Amino acid sequence: MDILQKIKDANIVGRGGADFPAWRKWETAKDSEGDVKYVICNASEGELGVFKDLYILRNHLDKVIKGMRILMDFLETKESYININKNYYEELSSEISKATSSYKGEEYNFHIYVEHPSYIGGETGTILNSIEGKKPQPRSKRVRTAVSGLFGKPTIVHNVETLFDVCSVYDGTFEGKRHSGVFGDGFKEKKIIYHPINWTLKQVMEEAKMIPDFDFYVHVGGSASGSVFDGDQINDEIMTGVGSIEIFDKNKRGTLKFLKRLFAFYTKESCGKCAPCREGAYQLNQMIQKVTKESDIDWDEILRIVEVMERISFCGLGKGIGKPVHTYRKNVLKK
Amino acid sequence: MGDKLIKLFINNKEIAAKEGDTLLKVALNNGFDIPYYCYHPDLPIDGNCRACLIEVVDEKRGNWITTSCNLQIKEGMKILLETEEVKKLRKQTLEMLFGGHMDNCDIYRSHYCRIHSEIFKKYGIDNKKYDRDQDIHQKFHKMNVAVELDPSICINCTRCIRVCDKIGIGYLKFEGTSSKKRITYNKDPKVDCIYCGQCAANCPTGAAREQDCLEEISKILKDPKKIVLVQTAPSVRVSLGEEFGMEPGSNVEGKMYTVYRKLGFDKVFDTNFAADVTTIIEAEELVERLHECKKMGIGHPLPMFTSCCPGWVKFVEFYYPELIPNLTTANPPQIHAGFAYKTWWAEKEGVAPEDIIVVSIMPCTAKKYEANKEKFRFGNNIKAVDYVLTTRELAALIRHHNIDFPTLEEGTVDKYGKYGGAGAIYGASGGVMEAALRSGYNILTGKDLPGITLEAVRNTAGAFKTADIDIDGTILKVAVASTPREARKLIEEIRKNPNKYHYIEIMACPGGCIGGGGQPFFPSTKAIVEKRRGAIYDIDEAKTIRFAYKNPIAVEFIEWAKKQPKEKRDKCLYTSYSQKKKFE
Repeated sequence: MDILQKIKDANIVGRGGADFPAWRKWETAKDSEGDVKYVICNASEGELGVFKDLYILRNHLDKVIKGMRILMDFLETKESYININKNYYEELSSEISKATSSYKGEEYNFHIYVEHPSYIGGETGTILNSIEGKKPQPRSKRVRTAVSGLFGKPTIVHNVETLFDVCSVYDGTFEGKRHSGVFGDGFKEKKIIYHPINWTLKQVMEEAKMIPDFDFYVHVGGSASGSVFDGDQINDEIMTGVGSIEIFDKNKRGTLKFLKRLFAFYTKESCGKCAPCREGAYQLNQMIQKVTKESDIDWDEILRIVEVMERISFCGLGKGIGKPVHTYRKNVLKK
Repeated sequence: MGDKLIKLFINNKEIAAKEGDTLLKVALNNGFDIPYYCYHPDLPIDGNCRACLIEVVDEKRGNWITTSCNLQIKEGMKILLETEEVKKLRKQTLEMLFGGHMDNCDIYRSHYCRIHSEIFKKYGIDNKKYDRDQDIHQKFHKMNVAVELDPSICINCTRCIRVCDKIGIGYLKFEGTSSKKRITYNKDPKVDCIYCGQCAANCPTGAAREQDCLEEISKILKDPKKIVLVQTAPSVRVSLGEEFGMEPGSNVEGKMYTVYRKLGFDKVFDTNFAADVTTIIEAEELVERLHECKKMGIGHPLPMFTSCCPGWVKFVEFYYPELIPNLTTANPPQIHAGFAYKTWWAEKEGVAPEDIIVVSIMPCTAKKYEANKEKFRFGNNIKAVDYVLTTRELAALIRHHNIDFPTLEEGTVDKYGKYGGAGAIYGASGGVMEAALRSGYNILTGKDLPGITLEAVRNTAGAFKTADIDIDGTILKVAVASTPREARKLIEEIRKNPNKYHYIEIMACPGGCIGGGGQPFFPSTKAIVEKRRGAIYDIDEAKTIRFAYKNPIAVEFIEWAKKQPKEKRDKCLYTSYSQKKKFE
């Protein structure tokens, strides 16, 4: 089976939020020199508002593990890692042990790296550094992971769901669907909807029976780095980024609450390596925590700091702050 | 990659550069100004300060701003340095990086303020716009009396960590995440600082800095009851000028002597005189050990190691105490000088040792630790050396007095600071070895070493060097290394084969004292250290006296010391060592 062609035809993209065509990583890693190659499953899921990987691990662990094995075979290697956040591992360690044990006979190695839960912990370079025993900080993107990754060897890091999709393609059961979590104000439950990739936000929320009857906005594709849309835009927008929709009641969580949570998250999660993110997130948080009235928000200063973070930060974490801030202003505040 | 030359354009100027180089390196080498903090040409690139922003011209996809330190140059690349976008983003970045900084106003730290104020003015940075996170967990930390860590002004550039790792110690670490990330030290009981000061020599803000004593020196210089003597290490005179914009490798010895008088020192002596003393004593011991070893293992073992580097001594006493018997028992030069001036010279002048203050100017921070050692005191707790200033501290003091150093007239040293070429070369890696071998040759053969110089033992920063030296038929196997990393390699060799070498010189700092932790800033690159090295050997060549045993002042002191009662003689000339615990 030409699995590379199949995942190309099925247009499998990374489901960690970057939407990067998986076949390109596969091809590069295949063509790169290395006496050993690595497959890494990214089960960190440290972004605000995202929980679809936990669902997949709970319900389809075998497929994820099989997806890893399929990729290991393609790369002609037996070495893999599961980078999994501590909370998930505490719940699923015996299931993971069971799911991987069936491959032991064929000498596949599934090393487990238990990660102290963090947002940066899911960033590729940070995963590599952490497994190598170095500080959990990102690496320069100018060296491609597929060429020189873990211990300097060709490495592919894939999101949990990407591996699930790979397995579906291999099994011939891939339906062009994706998992999205839906939750938020006014709804007690958190739901996972498995839906066609080109569905609009409205279709997903309808399927979940979670269309609010109050004035709302949604944060889509991760509540730290994803886009914000007004309630009246959900019919025009397709689900993008990492699969999550968080619903905000405009009367319960307006601009101030939105920004306070966002900036507090960034300053907590910044790894501290580079000045724009480390100091910028700190300044934004210091500033916003003191504000009590929406009219007192200093947008000029916020936008100045956000611009430096999104353009000059060392890695995607700091750069990610731009999208939520700009889309909130454009779509909710109509500025 | 490799050495293929390609063409690129910086500010529309055509530049030829090596294909594998990064843009910042190329720009700096071609005289362009790009601000940077975490970049260092001799350290792995970290890319964390984000100050080195430039604009890449891309007609197809639109120009983009990025850091230049890790940008690989490409054929035909077009770069712009001072566009409005670059200026805007750099201003914001630097304002956040330096928020809350630079309010330290003592004599020494105003030194850093001066450097930064210039940069802030140049790029329109307002460092008062933001405050930094004060709620940090890392504490102020002193490495004995040599260096200190001040996390409150650390900007996380990681140079100190990279350099401490590079030289092979790894004492420095970062702790904390986000805005709370700051420098601290390794709590592992098996890892300790050797006081070399490489961190201090590379820190852009003074978060890692020497424990300065400029306030005390200023008071002492004004005290009419004290006779304040100054002695200067070999390396300082070929480095000090850099602090005042002079070319690296300028020999500013004459101006240095003049500035001491202007600053109010009562006598201008020289450590170089004492380096001649150390050479004689050490060469005597080397020959003694060679003879003893010939008698099959009686007495002190070989290889003999030099001990004039206090960073190296600390390294042995903490990490390899089993090698203590191998260290030469000769006192280090500044100590030979201190004892000489406070006993022999004091007697000549009819001055009480208690009234003498000896100040050493060193390219080194570990010398502060050395001067403070109990074993280097005599009488009623009188120190051989009272204060040690680094090259940087001296520069700060000169600036504080508003003296225009480069325009000073050439001065001279006082009689008891006169020295020969052998003393002058101590500052370079291989210099102590060469000086001692010139003397050793004379002890073994009664003759002067033909040709005088021993190029074979001269080393640069980098890998250790070995040589076989022919002493009138006997082959002496020697090795020269700098940095603990290289020292460990030699120690491993000796463990496997104890007879591999007779004599080994080790310096803690890359290239020797000329690359020391107390040397001028910003930064002491390999290239600059090379220039200083050249100047040191030029001094040697220009001297009439090239052998330590021909320095009449050094010989006079030693003869006097050897006639003293045993305890006094031993204090003046020799020392002993002991295993050290962490922090000792």
